[in-house]
Amino acid sequence: MSIRHSLLALLSTEPMYGQQLKSEFEARTGDLWPLNVGQVYTTLNRLERDGLVEARPEADVALRPYTITVLGQAELATWFRAVPGDEPPPRDELVMKVMLAASVDPLGAADVIQSHRRQTLEAMHRFTRLKALEGATVATLMMCDAELFRLEASVRWLDSVDARLRAGARLTPAAPALPSDPAPAASTAASASTRGRRRSGARR
Amino acid sequence: MTGPVRLVLDRVSRSFGAGPTTVHALREVSLAVTAGEFVAVMGPSGSGKSTMLTIAGGLDRPTSGRVLVDGIEVAGLSRTELAALRRGRLGYVFQSFNLLPALTAAENVRLPLELDGVRRRAAHTRALAQLEAVGLGHRADHFPDDLSGGEQQRVAIARALVAEGALILADEPTGALDSVNGEAVMRSLRQACDRGAAAVVVTHDAQLAAWADRVVFLRDGRVVDQTDISPVVPDLLTSGPR
Repeated sequence: MSIRHSLLALLSTEPMYGQQLKSEFEARTGDLWPLNVGQVYTTLNRLERDGLVEARPEADVALRPYTITVLGQAELATWFRAVPGDEPPPRDELVMKVMLAASVDPLGAADVIQSHRRQTLEAMHRFTRLKALEGATVATLMMCDAELFRLEASVRWLDSVDARLRAGARLTPAAPALPSDPAPAASTAASASTRGRRRSGARR
Repeated sequence: MTGPVRLVLDRVSRSFGAGPTTVHALREVSLAVTAGEFVAVMGPSGSGKSTMLTIAGGLDRPTSGRVLVDGIEVAGLSRTELAALRRGRLGYVFQSFNLLPALTAAENVRLPLELDGVRRRAAHTRALAQLEAVGLGHRADHFPDDLSGGEQQRVAIARALVAEGALILADEPTGALDSVNGEAVMRSLRQACDRGAAAVVVTHDAQLAAWADRVVFLRDGRVVDQTDISPVVPDLLTSGPR
């Protein structure tokens, strides 16, 4: 998550000083990402150094508002449209764990899968409770939805792995490398499993 | 949860067929649901979720084991007594909303009460209160065709809730709805349980199961796991970035 660009986004609405930026950031992200005020000032200094913001010449340093520059506006517009994170997606630890568990002990993997399914649902329950609180802001609802959709994707992936393993598809240590699977005779279930692995973003 | 126990499944088994082709839909499933509790049941297709719900509601009988609703053993009831129990204490919600198209929302909701001999005016007042509770007070005089899918399902929930201290049994109640309407339905169920009802909801949708107090996982007819959820909401606000 880029604090640098988040601050630029806030400053594009109006000039603000450090503490104000911290409060606004937290309010607009549903209070789920607390920000350290020291971090805000360090980031502001770097943004100023790079010519993306300017400090207004007020005497009181703590209340000195920052404004976004034309260069800063351009940087922000680029960031809003850029693909988030790395491309290809980063390794997902849950995917790695389950893949390894399934290859080491396909029969015992069901317990590993269920354990993650339960824990993921418990996490979903916490975000749902947060959504149900009286007076939840739209920002909170949006934030919770983002987490819930992400967690739901994990549950659905776990369900599909479970179904594949039950259908008899086995991940064997002897399986060839993913990109050049030379086994046309492999069962359709096994090749479907390979496609699932690729799509899920697990890379070796 | 410390309220009175509304529903007990005590080592309930249900099998179909006999001999080597016997299908064991449920194997010694035990579950207790207290007043105010909202339980979700999840599991892959064929895990026994729907069988469990029909047995809990007295629509099917277990091969072995006991089912108690408010302490009353369902197996000991005559057909008439069972029908009275279903009308008076149990509320069913299905994926297809099962509203009568020729009746308004309010008339649909008050129907079970009228069947039980409650006078029309009293039944109507209670129906309006339940429609209000699911956020549809202003739609009371509309026919099902005039309502969206989400609204129709909330009418079905109001109908399920209209009995005093209802125990709601719902099978994929949001299956036909988009996510926003699905959420409105689950919010209504959540609020009903917060007001003292009890609910058992079968779903394959994790987002919806997350509205429950507890998620029970079925697999091959057995309860294999359940969530352990403590009130940790405040922690989320202080725990910082993941």
